[in-house]
Amino acid sequence: MNLTLKVWRQANAEAKGKIETYPIADVSPDMSFLEMMDVLNEQLIGKGIDPIAFDHDCREGICGMCSMFINGEAHGPDRLVTTCQLHMRKFKDGDTITIEPFRAQAFPVIKDLTVDRSAFDRVQQAGGFVSVNTSGNTQDANSIPIDKHDADKAFDAAACIGCGACVATCKNASAMLFVSAKVSQYALLPQGKVEATDRVMNMVKQMDEEGFGNCTNTGACEVECPKGISLENIARMNREYLYASLKG
Amino acid sequence: MALESKIPKGPLSDKWTNHKSNINLVSPANKRAIDVIVVGTGLAGASASATLAELGYNVKTFCFQDSPRRAHSIAAQGGINAAKNYQGDGDSTYRLFYDTIKGGDYRSRESNVHRLAEVSTNIIDQCVAQGVPFARDYGGLLDNRSFGGVLVSRTFYAKGQTGQQLLLGAYSAMNRQIGRGKIKMYNRHEMMELVVVDGKARGIITRNLVDGKIERHGAHAVIIASGGYGNVFFLSTNAMGSNVSAGWKIHKKGAYFANPCYTQIHPTCIPVSGEHQSKLTLMSESLRNDGRIWVPKNIEDVKAIREGKLKPTEIAEEDRDYYLERRYPAFGNLVPRDVASRAAKERCDAGYGVNKTGEAVYLDFAAAIIRYGSEQAHVKGLDENDAALVKKLGQEVVRAKYGNLFQMYEKIVDQNPYETPMMIYPAVHYTMGGVWVDYNLMTSIPGCYAIGEANFSDHGANRLGASALMQGLADGYFVLPYTIGDYLADDIRTGKIDTNHPEFEKAEAAVKAQLDRFVNIKGKNTVDYYHKRLGKIMWDKCGMSRNTEGLKEAIAEIKALREDFYENVNVPGTTAEFNEQLAKAGRVADFLELGELFAKDALERSESCGGHFREESQTPEGEALRNDEDFTFVSAWEYKGEPSKAKLHKEELNYEEIEVKTRSYK
Repeated sequence: MNLTLKVWRQANAEAKGKIETYPIADVSPDMSFLEMMDVLNEQLIGKGIDPIAFDHDCREGICGMCSMFINGEAHGPDRLVTTCQLHMRKFKDGDTITIEPFRAQAFPVIKDLTVDRSAFDRVQQAGGFVSVNTSGNTQDANSIPIDKHDADKAFDAAACIGCGACVATCKNASAMLFVSAKVSQYALLPQGKVEATDRVMNMVKQMDEEGFGNCTNTGACEVECPKGISLENIARMNREYLYASLKG
Repeated sequence: MALESKIPKGPLSDKWTNHKSNINLVSPANKRAIDVIVVGTGLAGASASATLAELGYNVKTFCFQDSPRRAHSIAAQGGINAAKNYQGDGDSTYRLFYDTIKGGDYRSRESNVHRLAEVSTNIIDQCVAQGVPFARDYGGLLDNRSFGGVLVSRTFYAKGQTGQQLLLGAYSAMNRQIGRGKIKMYNRHEMMELVVVDGKARGIITRNLVDGKIERHGAHAVIIASGGYGNVFFLSTNAMGSNVSAGWKIHKKGAYFANPCYTQIHPTCIPVSGEHQSKLTLMSESLRNDGRIWVPKNIEDVKAIREGKLKPTEIAEEDRDYYLERRYPAFGNLVPRDVASRAAKERCDAGYGVNKTGEAVYLDFAAAIIRYGSEQAHVKGLDENDAALVKKLGQEVVRAKYGNLFQMYEKIVDQNPYETPMMIYPAVHYTMGGVWVDYNLMTSIPGCYAIGEANFSDHGANRLGASALMQGLADGYFVLPYTIGDYLADDIRTGKIDTNHPEFEKAEAAVKAQLDRFVNIKGKNTVDYYHKRLGKIMWDKCGMSRNTEGLKEAIAEIKALREDFYENVNVPGTTAEFNEQLAKAGRVADFLELGELFAKDALERSESCGGHFREESQTPEGEALRNDEDFTFVSAWEYKGEPSKAKLHKEELNYEEIEVKTRSYK
């Protein structure tokens, strides 16, 4: 099929960006979206045009590095997929596709479609861990049984890949879904409960300092999340936060 | 320089304990004055960084991704082995050790593998304490499953995302230390060169991938944890950015490179769909717990399937060839990866491949769905003879076990694997070869270490499933942090490493010259053009089956391709900006050298062992035929100016505990 691509081009963080239009021919429906971008880049290099910079790595939907805003949706029109798992069979011949970076104040553009998401790392550094030394001299792994339902819920929260689709989707650029997933994972497990109070306070504080917006419960983040992280996590974090605030 | 493996004396099961008790330590006060560099943030790099920082060293950690959490360990699916024997099915440290040596086709070091089996149980304890959400049963205890090449269930897992959960655990341990200021993290930085001063590793030169700045970093020790080199094949299950460069740079500075030809071709990957293919996707080995692998018995059925006239579900049971169950009744669908891959290739080469390209076999869950469904119906007191109900219940069980893998398959292939069998074919997945290290995980350059997939040490000629995660975390959490102290104990009076030393200047100048060279070639072919051509040579001539003639051709072709690359590659842009093509050019340039050494190593080893199959060395039934008399050694290559001149050193492998036998899974 033949497509028209409208792509955000921006030379670096300081430069002013704009949309450029590129036609692309003979796209196979079996291609992944990023493979289509590879083909486009090969063509651009051939014409002496700077190839489009975009983040990607594992190309199987788990590393969380790919981050395109396609036709107004994070990771494009399909559900429960990352950009690298989106396939061209979701589009049809003659389509025009607009491709932009994940936009948020806390995610400055580095070049073209590449953005800086290190704010997420800093939020995790503020408390996204259990303070246990890695000596291996802990107790036996089976010494504390954990209710399977809690363990499964903790896993579902921990499945977050940190891509930032929730932030890019949210009209307030809020990171609540991301932060609450981490807070929930630990709050649900006995190993994480010990320092749950400090954790939620520190992570929320860092989240605010990074310039993420507030949550107004529109739920768009959950819809666009490639891993189906549930809004329940935000509710749980709010409870944890309230409890921690009252405890002081 | 002679190869000194530094294996401690004494009985096998006491070696590690005694070694730990006798090596030198660095006092907490002195650790504060010592800097350590870690390159790579996968399971090995992240766990090592966290532990070294916790011990008190000043750690600088580098990754090329935008966050340490994205290293490719994240994509490991199936699980992690540990000799916990929670299932009471006869597992033990010895059995894990034995399975690993046998699985590696008797080409790994006994002492290292035994140590790995010993620390395996600590890993699970550690990860649970960190809040890694492993799968549990209804009693709240940890669940296990089985992987290839073993007869026990020792694999711990978190759905099909075990690597993700373990890496996020190690990342969280790192985050704790970053927050405390004990780790300085450098995202989007690539190691360009190792700096050696007076024979010791003293730092690295890096390139900031955002602005192109070249930087010098000094340290008392440098740890390479940069993963494997499967991307030398272009198409592999590795991430797009996975590369050999850090390992290759230290090789060129004096570190021996061991067994480069030992590559793991994973049997269950999604087949290639076309020319545009950029990478291949693995379907976890855990699927072989429940999936049965087959092709049609009759060639007419194969034709009808390819023409779209027949569906696999329409082929009667007696017309299917479950070739693994037929050939290997004891292990069936759970034979090790090398065996399963070759068997798939054998069927496809014979013309029984089931997709358009003839390079695919079926992985079928229908039997498992019915089995689980009947069990559920029985448990719930429902009608076990209601086929539709049984199917529905069975699908729910399969979804709970492998849901994310089935979803991945459906998104890529556009077929529903709950209703029709998956199509799979072998693909390059892991490299057992890597930088040579001694028992302390130190390379042949003093002060330079290699851990995880980047080293060669534990898997011999074939790695068993769920053992890569085990080795990465064992090296990083529990081995290196001990052994590195033995070396650093002599460095407590050295003081800060001076990055103005002439060796740093020289290394930096060489890096800049190389980068300038790339952008100034201004040729007509893209970097990917060369990478794809290299990949094709590797797959055709150094892939699942290798022979003398093909390997000799590969050596000549790779050399010619490398020369062409330096004349005709087109690297657009400048060195002083975010330039993905430039970064890639450097990686492909190194693959073009490694590929040649790979073929040379494969040519030298004229036996078959594990993943290395030489057509000249096979049994009448087509099984790999080892030659223990001539090849029970590790090939360690010393760099001598170019790959063709590399000098072979042999580390003899001595088996004291285990009787070396023909590997059989029949």
